[in-house]
Amino acid sequence: MIHSLFVINHLGDIFLEKHWKSVISRSVCDYFFEAREKAVDPENVPPVLQTPHHYLISIYRGKLFFLSVIQTEVPPLFVIEFLHRVADTFQDYFGECSESVISDNVVIVYELLEEMLDNGFPLATESNVLKEMIRPPNILRSVVNTLTGGSNVGETLPQGQLSNIPWRRAGVKYTNNEAYFDVTEEIDAIVDKSGTTVSAEIQGVIEACVKLSGMPDLTMSFMNPRLLDDVSFHPCVRFRRWESERVLSFIPPDGNFTLMTYHISSQNLVAIPVYVKQSISFFEAGSCGRLDITIGPKQTMGKTVEDLKVTVHMPKAVLNANLTASQGNYTYDFTTKLLVWDIGKLNPQKLPNLRGSLSMQTGVPNPEENPSLNIDLKIQQLAISGLKVSRLDMYGETYKPFKGVKYVTKAGKFQVRT
Amino acid sequence: MTDSKYFTTTKKGEIFELKAELNSDKKEKKKEAVKKVIASMTVGKDVSALFPDVVNCMQTDNLELKKLVYLYLMNYAKSQPDMAIMAVNTFVKDCEDPNPLIRALAVRTMGCIRVDKITEYLCEPLRKCLKDEDPYVRKTAAVCVAKLHDINAQLVEDQGFLDTLKDLISDSNPMVVANAVAALSEIAESHPNSNLMDLNPQTINKLLTALNECTEWGQIFILDCLANYTPRDDRESQSICERVTPRLSHANSAVVLSAVKVLMKFMEMLPKDLDYYGTLLKKLAPPLVTLLSAEPELQYVALRNINLIVQRRPEILKHEMKVFFVKYNDPIYVKLEKLDIMIRLASQANIAQVLAELKEYATEVDVDFVRKAVRAIGRCAIKVEQSAERCVSTLLDLIQTKVNYVVQEAIVVIKDIFRKYPNKYESVIATLCENLDSLDEPEARAAMIWIVGEYAERIDNADELLESFLEGFHDESTQVQLQLLTAIVKLFLKKPTETQELVQQVLSLATQDSDNPDLRDRGYIYWRLLSTDPVAAKEVVLAEKPLISEETDLIEPTLLEELICHIGTLASVYHKPPSAFVEGSRGVQHKRLPGSTESGESESPDTASAAAVSDAPPAVIPSQGDLLGDLLNLDLTPPTTTGPPPPASSGMQMGAMDLLGGGLDSLIGAGFGAPPAAMPASFSAPVSGGLDDLFDLGGGVGMPMGAYSAPKTVWLPALKAKGLEISGTFARRSGVIQMEMTLTNKAMSVMTDFAIQFNRNSFGLAPAGPLQVLTPLSPNQSIEVTLPLNTVGPVMKMEPLNNLQIRAP
Repeated sequence: MIHSLFVINHLGDIFLEKHWKSVISRSVCDYFFEAREKAVDPENVPPVLQTPHHYLISIYRGKLFFLSVIQTEVPPLFVIEFLHRVADTFQDYFGECSESVISDNVVIVYELLEEMLDNGFPLATESNVLKEMIRPPNILRSVVNTLTGGSNVGETLPQGQLSNIPWRRAGVKYTNNEAYFDVTEEIDAIVDKSGTTVSAEIQGVIEACVKLSGMPDLTMSFMNPRLLDDVSFHPCVRFRRWESERVLSFIPPDGNFTLMTYHISSQNLVAIPVYVKQSISFFEAGSCGRLDITIGPKQTMGKTVEDLKVTVHMPKAVLNANLTASQGNYTYDFTTKLLVWDIGKLNPQKLPNLRGSLSMQTGVPNPEENPSLNIDLKIQQLAISGLKVSRLDMYGETYKPFKGVKYVTKAGKFQVRT
Repeated sequence: MTDSKYFTTTKKGEIFELKAELNSDKKEKKKEAVKKVIASMTVGKDVSALFPDVVNCMQTDNLELKKLVYLYLMNYAKSQPDMAIMAVNTFVKDCEDPNPLIRALAVRTMGCIRVDKITEYLCEPLRKCLKDEDPYVRKTAAVCVAKLHDINAQLVEDQGFLDTLKDLISDSNPMVVANAVAALSEIAESHPNSNLMDLNPQTINKLLTALNECTEWGQIFILDCLANYTPRDDRESQSICERVTPRLSHANSAVVLSAVKVLMKFMEMLPKDLDYYGTLLKKLAPPLVTLLSAEPELQYVALRNINLIVQRRPEILKHEMKVFFVKYNDPIYVKLEKLDIMIRLASQANIAQVLAELKEYATEVDVDFVRKAVRAIGRCAIKVEQSAERCVSTLLDLIQTKVNYVVQEAIVVIKDIFRKYPNKYESVIATLCENLDSLDEPEARAAMIWIVGEYAERIDNADELLESFLEGFHDESTQVQLQLLTAIVKLFLKKPTETQELVQQVLSLATQDSDNPDLRDRGYIYWRLLSTDPVAAKEVVLAEKPLISEETDLIEPTLLEELICHIGTLASVYHKPPSAFVEGSRGVQHKRLPGSTESGESESPDTASAAAVSDAPPAVIPSQGDLLGDLLNLDLTPPTTTGPPPPASSGMQMGAMDLLGGGLDSLIGAGFGAPPAAMPASFSAPVSGGLDDLFDLGGGVGMPMGAYSAPKTVWLPALKAKGLEISGTFARRSGVIQMEMTLTNKAMSVMTDFAIQFNRNSFGLAPAGPLQVLTPLSPNQSIEVTLPLNTVGPVMKMEPLNNLQIRAP
């Protein structure tokens, strides 16, 4: 099982180590540094490495590497999932997952790691269970603790730990009982230069914020559940009910959680909200190039496209861009070669356009690669797949909760090739 | 207020100050001091000198302080074993505490202190905790047994903890069950033969019940454990599959992949015509696709596993090609894996799309990725015959870009395309030759030289081209040198008049000026061949080459089977069996897929081969229903009833040889003068499809001896063997393996002097006596021959050869 954990910053310093069995020397990380060196970009470091006596499995989150050392045959996905869970927990406790915040809270971090894993076996990874055992830091509590000599470690066994619903604690009480659900869909698409869709799929997620007293039992049904054939649920969802009736039936955890994620594959027809007309060309003579991009609405279901943004990775030889935008602003970063055009709201009557010339390094042959465009956008009050929640019912408690569902569509990895 | 204050130091010396604070009377100060100590420890500072002072703080009713001290103890007890004993009393007392949290904490911490003296004291509290009324304590104790086993295995066995642990599998609490399974699995890994996980239908049922209720991590342990079970029949297998499928919708990808492993394994046992089998196949695709929308690290592991799954069951993902299309911001390790899977899924139906994508990738920035994309185009051409032409023209387009590494990679793959489709695309050679000068990588140079040599007769200035390479012969890598040598010899055999000088030059370079033994040996062989018998040389050097096929980059089937059993593990990421890399793997057991348990024994070749998989003949997985005839690969010399050995007799015969084609080795055998008079007719019949039936019988699947033998099939049609037709089969008669053949002379002349020779084969089969064909075989006459066989011959450790090579005089 998981033997040790090293947390490494972007400079390659190990600033935290934790061993769950015997201590393993830091020198084991040298193999990782070697691979890190070779990969050039931190994103490209292979996640599973083999050394003569150990295996190193790492993830890259928030400019930090979480590197775990294992010695026996352990499912790598198990380790990777766990590492992400560790990072999620830090995020949850401290608001972000960065070197400074980890160093600032090193004792809590250590207590957390000890609670999450025992002898390499996961012990408690549910955030609400952890929070009962080790309370997250906040200013008020630390003041009170200093005055009263209290501690931030729970004295009793968390109740959720062993019940059949480990994700919910007992005795929850709210004055305003409310349950909010956010349906967020991201479009991942590749569009080729002629405007035809090479591939398009939707990653959807339903995030919930449930603040309900007692032990509520919720049922959520959809207008068109047939859309969902590839789903993964929070453990609280009763799978059998879903299989037989296509409704989500669950006793929710308290607070924020991800109820389900779903995937609508490229085999279904995925609506693409915008089209892009572009031409980017480079001329050998005069070492310059020309750029012309226009964006227009395609399938927006009558909603407004907001927060529209185009990012272009320019070839190395492009020195500067001299463009005019009919709407919004553009910036060109010389060092990262990133052209960012921030458009804002898309007005169907007056299509935004960006055109002008690019100045190139002289004496360098024409770039081989074609830059590709990345689109960011947001559409409020629309799930582009057409998914709609039809009802939300509560059983088991008598009060009337306040319920709400919000939809939003975003661009995920939305790429236009040129 | 943050913890960074714990790192501040003062002039007096950190340790000194901490010591004072630890011995303070104030609780709050003590706690702050311990926190400082822990903070120093986490960053790797040595604070072991404070051991006695920290241990003194252990006797406290403050849980946080206690936890902190425990943290410290775990880290430093090993370096201060004598001091650690001081803590034992508190541990033992805490194990009796009314608060289950404290009981669990104590037993958990004790197990982490890897000091022999402490473990002795641990046994009694552990025994109590294993039977504790609170499940939280029991589940913690279960893990503690694994810890203790790691420190002192003998002690655990002597104390009977293993049995207690096995009992916990039947515990009422699912979390306890999961931890017991996890602990047992870990112990079993270090003791592969201990038979700890004694799985039977009852325990399996308990595990399946616990599976629904335990945490995600527990589910992984249970699923991995289930995968080691072999169901009794297809019905049990189906019912397990049904109970495991809901796990495919779990949010934790490790749970999903472990469930996929169980399903992939148990699916083997389901009859293919079962409705449920099809349903299951359909259910497997979506979760695999979903794994690809997770974080890149997860994607990587998932892709490595999908690579195995598509090789074993391509039908699962055949419609999902698009999800493997590469996005430009994927990490490179994900890109390369996706590319690999795209080729595996390429078929006639989607090839146009795939090619368009690959062409797009070939203009990307990352050099490694571009190279692999170009290579992928070549592999598509070899895999999907209909697309070959399209692929070649795509490659030519890429060569026109003149980007150096693209050109080189393209030439390497075009060479492979030539080998797959000879005499089809030679028109592109001219374009290739234009780029000769830009090639600087050995592989590309070698490929180009091979092309020039192979098609020397179509390239007008082949001699000039090869001569230009020869100038820097000694600076080339071995690969290029060897290829150059062969290419010039080929050229010489094709155009002997103009190139005599060139060939002498290269032969002397290779044999006299080189210190590479491979090169010298090859040089000498060519030299001798050319000087003694140019015709034989032609046969050897210009022999028709076997076609290459897509299978070359597939994982070998037995290995694939083993890897399928290891889905989700490191083995599946490395694509190597665990025995190849897991340390101390002396006892790692090879897992195999269960076979289908259809009844009906070996009536048809289909079931026979299925049974062959489930029993254990060494490494035979015959393709279903293969018939020997398909696999026959013949080479034989022209029929001369009597007389001298065929080589070097006439040019006309040479032509015949070429037509018939053949393996190089047999030709070398002829050229180097195995005395043909002693062996006028020899044919070697290695093991064939018929043998599977034989092994099936040998395995005793319940057939009466000799009751069944496969019908005779034509091994050698008369057309291919100048009139000699051989049909035959293998059978077992009164316990002896026999090869039964019918020889028919369909030629115009009489045949005599038959003999048989077996090539070394995987089964060690050899004739037990000489071939008894006494009478000459006159035209249109048939004769039945029975040849007893035994299995004491030399065993060839390789994939079974399935070809029959014939020589008739």
